This record gives sequence, C-alpha cells and structure tokens, in this order.
Amino acid sequence: MWARAARRVLRAPGGGGRGFASKAGGGGVSAGGEAAPQERGRVPGDVIEHLERLALVDFGSREAVARLEKAVAFADRLRAVDTDGVQPMESVLEDRCLYLRPDNVVEGNCAEELLQNAHRVMEEYFVAPPGNITLPKLDEQELFSKS
Amino acid sequence: MLGRTLREVSVALKQGQITPTELCQECLSLIKKTKFLNAYITVSEEVALKQAEESEERYKKGYVPPYNATVVQKLLDQGALLMGKTNLDEFAMGSGSTDGVFGPVKNPWSYSKQYREKKKQKPHGENEDTNWLITGGSSGGSAAAVSAFTCFAALGSDTGGSTRNPAALCGVVGLKPTYGLVSRHGLIPLVNSMDVPGILTRCVDDAATVLGVLAGHDCKDSTTVQDPVKSFILPSLTDVSKLCIGIPKEYLVPELSSEVQSLWSKAAKLFESEGAKVIEVSLPHTSYSIVCYHVLCTSEVASNMARFDGLEYGHRCDINVSTEAMYAATRREGFNDVVRGRILSGNFFLLKENYENYFIKAQKVRRLIANDFVNVFNSGVDVLLTPTTLSEAVPYVEFIKEDNRTRSAQGDIFTQAVNMAGLPAVSVPMALSNQGLPIGLQFIGRAFCDQQLLTVAKWFEKQVQFPIIQLQEIMGDCSSVFENDLASVSLKQ
Repeated sequence: MWARAARRVLRAPGGGGRGFASKAGGGGVSAGGEAAPQERGRVPGDVIEHLERLALVDFGSREAVARLEKAVAFADRLRAVDTDGVQPMESVLEDRCLYLRPDNVVEGNCAEELLQNAHRVMEEYFVAPPGNITLPKLDEQELFSKS
Repeated sequence: MLGRTLREVSVALKQGQITPTELCQECLSLIKKTKFLNAYITVSEEVALKQAEESEERYKKGYVPPYNATVVQKLLDQGALLMGKTNLDEFAMGSGSTDGVFGPVKNPWSYSKQYREKKKQKPHGENEDTNWLITGGSSGGSAAAVSAFTCFAALGSDTGGSTRNPAALCGVVGLKPTYGLVSRHGLIPLVNSMDVPGILTRCVDDAATVLGVLAGHDCKDSTTVQDPVKSFILPSLTDVSKLCIGIPKEYLVPELSSEVQSLWSKAAKLFESEGAKVIEVSLPHTSYSIVCYHVLCTSEVASNMARFDGLEYGHRCDINVSTEAMYAATRREGFNDVVRGRILSGNFFLLKENYENYFIKAQKVRRLIANDFVNVFNSGVDVLLTPTTLSEAVPYVEFIKEDNRTRSAQGDIFTQAVNMAGLPAVSVPMALSNQGLPIGLQFIGRAFCDQQLLTVAKWFEKQVQFPIIQLQEIMGDCSSVFENDLASVSLKQ
C-alpha cells in the first residue's frame, strides 16, 4: 500500500508543499520565507522609536528596519489559519501540575560568587548609573547614525 | 597600586585599570630595588610572569559561570571528563553556526577523503581553505567536535532543531528529548516552552546512554516532569513487523533536494520491506508551523534577552549618563545583528496593538500543530519518518548570501514543529550524497516514548551502516582512531 502511495506522493514535488489553508492567505507557503511584494507593510517611524525604547536595543540601520518589515510580513501569513474556538497553548505540559518545592531555604549565601561577574561593584552592591532619566528623543537622521 | 588592599586591587584588575602582568612587573621591580633588605632567598620571576599571563587569559574570558548546569553536573557526577565548551551561533540563534562572536565553525566533512575525492581537490594544505562547508546550527561546534572524534558525546540545545540540524549535516546522531524530560536549569533560555538540552553522539546507543544519565526530575527546573525515569539499555530490534511508520505528506516541499527525497523514500521502503506498516499521514498545519515558530520564538526571546543589561554579569559599556543609556549601549555592543533583530521583532509582536493578532494567534496555531501530531499518533502510528534538512551541508560562502532569518526558516523547516509539540526526535545519518557529504533523516516519537524512538532509530542505524568519516589526511598519526575494529565494536550487540 505504501509503495503505491509513495510513488504518487514522492514523484510529485509540488504535491505536498501547499498544505492547509482554510481561507485564501497571502502568497505561496514555500520554505524560503520571502513574502510576496504586496504583503510587505511599512512600519511607521514612531513605532520604530517606540520599539527601540522598549527593547533598549537600536536598529542601527535602515536594513534592520527592512528586516523587521519582512519579518512582520512573514508573520502575517498566520492570518490564513482558522483559529475560531481554539485556545492559546502556553505549554505542552498544560495537563500536568506544576511542581512546587517546599518553601524551605536549602541554598543561598553566595553573594561573593554572584558579585564576581559584575563589572562595577561596591562592597555588596551592584553599581548602576542614575535611573529615571529617559533616553533623549532623536530625529530620524540621528536614529541611524549610531552603529 | 601596591599599597592597596587585596579587595581593592582585585576590583582594579577586573575593571582593567591594571593588567596582571603590569601588576606583577611592578612587584618584581620593587623586589629588585629592595634587594638590600635580603627578604627573598629566591625570586621566581619567570614563574610569576607566566602565571600573570595565565591570569590575563582568565580575565579576557569574561563571564565565568558560578554554577554548573544540571545536565553538566549530572555528567560530571557520573565521572565524565569535560573537554571544553563548544562554539555556536550567538545565543543559539541561527542554523549555520556562523554568527558567533568566536567565528564560524567548519564542518569536518569539508576535509574528509570522501568529499575531497568527489571534488577532485588536492590534499589539505595545497589548497586554500576557502570553500569549506558549514556545520549547520546552532549547536554546530558540538556536532563538529563529535564528528571529528575529539570527544564521545556533546551537549547542545534544541529550540527549533539546533541539535538535529548540525547532526544531520555532520553525520552524527542528534537527539532532542521530550520537553520536560531533561532539566533546563543552566541552559540559557531562548524559548522557555520549547528549549531542551540536546545530545550529540556518533551512535544511537551512546545517545541513549547519555539520555539515561540526564533524564529525570530536577527540583531546580519546575518544568521537568515528576514521573520516575529509569536508565535503559536499548533492545536490539530484529522484528519490525509490529511497527507503524508514518510519512507526513506535507513534509514533501518543493525546496527538498532530490537526493534527500530519494533517501527518504528509500528509508520508507526499507521499513516496508522488513515487514513494518508504512503509511502516509497528514499534519495539515505544517506549512504554518515555521511562521508560528518565528512569532513565538522572537516574542519569548524579546523577554528572555531583557536580563542582559550589563549590571550583574556580562559585557558592560562605559556610559554612565543613565541606566537606560547604559543598557542601550551595552546591548548594542553586546548583541549581534541577529539577536537584536529578533528582540525587536519580538517586541513588535508583543505591542498592545499586536498582541492578539500575532502572539495569541501564534499560540492558537501552536495548539493546532500540536494536535496534528496527537491525531496522527492516536491513529496507530508509532514513529514518524521525515528528512532533517533540505539538503547536505553547503559552502559557507553560499550560506552567507542570505540573512539569518531566511536561512533559519529554511534550516528549521522540518525540525521546529517538533519543538512546538514538545515531542522527542532524533536525526540519524543515513548515507552520503553524490558529493560525499552526510544526509540524515529524522524520526519523531510520541511524548515520553524516547526509549521506543531510539529503539527504532538504532534498528535503522544498523540497517544503513553509515560510513565513517575519513580524516586521515588531517589527523596525521592519529590513524589508530580509524581502525576498523572501532566501527564493529559499537555494532556488536
């Protein structure tokens, strides 16, 4: 039985790749991950800045922004999947009880070891620069000038 | 500097205000000047300077972990010897092992007799080493280390296929255990709900041995299951007639190389010819799997990478204007483009206006994907058989023509669905390609049926008799490694 099915499936390279699509989605679902041109949406500049502040990581270049746009377009393919009535899955072990250990102190007192790896230490404190100072607002030119 | 206390000077050394060698030389110089005191009977100048050099090396290394990961500790407790730490893509993000701060990893098969004969290349040394092949990733260093006989087993990580992918490209066995079977304590988290430590060895029996040591509940990792785990010896299957092998039709994608496709077909026929039931099955949401993985992975990464702010450990830059400025600059310096790209994508998907449409949506699709597998296994299938990679290893110069995200989407295509479902899977080398390079196939098992999975894999391994890599040219006088006896030992059961 397999031999016949095998000849059918494995001889038709395009056969198995399309997969399931309940609603018409975006372009083809090939492995390469490239979106069709009409799917690429621009991410507005204020969102870019907002992301940089949230992530505390900068884009550094226009290529990086373009990569984000491609990544978003790629993610947009999920819209084609019908998920009505489907619960989000957070963990594959959702049917099990999370293990909780008894609330007893069994280890600790390792301040020395933990302080070893920090660059700036003062006695038993990690030293940080002053907080509550927001990053300066940058115009678009400055946004990509640092790298 | 010489007048300071031990603590103060230690801080100065760590901050780089003075190097161990400079400090040593200051002491030595003062010893010479105060010779008239007759305090020293011997001055061990050379030894001191050499130790200073060694100390400098240690300072250069940066982060030194204050504890061992559970999986490492378990191996050490069983008497394993730690040969070293292996190279990888930065933060395990990538499928080539090309994006690490220590440079890319080269696939040992690039230097094998089998590959070079096909390429009609001159022996190593006469040729420029420009066309070497990637190992795959992200645990490429581990795969290369095992493939080149430098160790008997290596640990990797597997979040989307990072252990199985390089295993297939380097001709070794790469095992991804069931999620929850092996402790993640000490494994830098990428995607908490998908990460597992991976095991790389040269044969399936060895992988089972290592798994036996590592599996089991760890109170330091609450996502490990509490079911009792016994270490096992894999039976040698002689009769596969009771087995049902499933071939998921959606895994036949246009990008699959014809050689891998043909080996996949050959493997299916092999099982059938030995009496197993081999059937075509369907995992309908396969084509959305890589997209779903991309969203969930970047989102979790955005959260997990937040801990790297330079304050408690790791790289820290010199900016002191404000905490935010320091964090931003530290992270810009400390993370490569790939990591930063993923953090930013992840933060995008987690924005309030996007959360429902991207992150929650992906979580729902994840359930559909996991259910696809459940349905297939419930229909009587014991093990699924799929390719591990789209093709054999490619040259580095080819690989880097596309960006990391594209390559990861291609590299992980057959492997990441398994991580989303939390199932065990193993890549087993099957045969050499026309170019003399390894091609591996993947077996996927039911959750917590790792032993059964490995039993089937072991039978397959014995049937296909994958050739040993011939590295004599670069091994020089380590030829004893390649005596035929070694090959037959592991197969005599």
